[in-house]
Amino acid sequence: MASSPIDVLGQFRLTTGLGPLGGAVGFTNSNEMMLLAAVLIVTFFALALRAGAIVPGRLQASAEISFELIRNMCDETMGKEGRAFFPFVFLLFIFILMGNLLGLFPYFFAFTSHLAVTATLAIFVFLLSTVVGFWKHGLGYLKLFVPEGAPLWLLPFLIPIEILSYFSRPLSHSVRLFANITAGHVLWEVIAGFMFMLTAAFGGIGILAAILPLGMNVAFVALETFVAFIQAYVFAILTCIYLKDALHLH
Amino acid sequence: MPSDLIPAAHLIGAGLAIIGVVGGGVGIGNLFGAFITAVGRNPAARQDIQIYLWLGFALSEATAIFALLVSFIILFT
Repeated sequence: MASSPIDVLGQFRLTTGLGPLGGAVGFTNSNEMMLLAAVLIVTFFALALRAGAIVPGRLQASAEISFELIRNMCDETMGKEGRAFFPFVFLLFIFILMGNLLGLFPYFFAFTSHLAVTATLAIFVFLLSTVVGFWKHGLGYLKLFVPEGAPLWLLPFLIPIEILSYFSRPLSHSVRLFANITAGHVLWEVIAGFMFMLTAAFGGIGILAAILPLGMNVAFVALETFVAFIQAYVFAILTCIYLKDALHLH
Repeated sequence: MPSDLIPAAHLIGAGLAIIGVVGGGVGIGNLFGAFITAVGRNPAARQDIQIYLWLGFALSEATAIFALLVSFIILFT
């Protein structure tokens, strides 16, 4: 609504980053955060794994836990052949996780809140799994669209449904991440808007009452941290499941 | 249609769109109920089930978030 007192979608607007140079080459604040995420990931792993101790310290253990989490996920879903895709899945997970977590800080831009970013990642996963499927099985990959054990007369109905669900994968894959992050940030701003409305309407009593929405926002920080992790994890596990379909056909 | 009805229609539309969150609530409730039943019957399987619990949680939460997002878009754009 145009007459809304707060501009909740303003936080997702792209601006140019890196001063006049960034403006000249179209370098946005979204790209800035991506660069920061990449630098943070590389420095984190370089620092954490520098010692290479047999009994890991806290920093090294945190790096190893994230590594093990994704490796177990790859092994459980894709089996032995899936090891080749582990670096890809791990990089996707850690990049999305870093983007989600960076977006939680005030004045930081959450680049995963743009459909363009998540759709790029999801379409890349979709193309990769399709290419891997055709490379591994040849035209036999099309058997993916024929459900096993279905009666013959049902196939004309089932095959279009399977094809449709296959092509809607990148859509649901990308919209899930983007919608979760966007909804979380909008929710924050809507609740923060209550505080301004309360103080504007009731003055001193309003400031006291505004503690309630503030507390809600603090609780949402905890929820959003959890969602940031879970959504990165789900993005990675769905990537694994799609690649498993390509490797093993069902 | 009189122009002063459009903001009202915005609000009604956003309110209708948020009904979709019900599905996500039912899904998450079902999910955790089934998880508690499963862990109660076989506490040793807890670690194995938990992965699927969070996957299912995120998947069903996402459907609720879709409805929430549609409502936000109607409300604020």
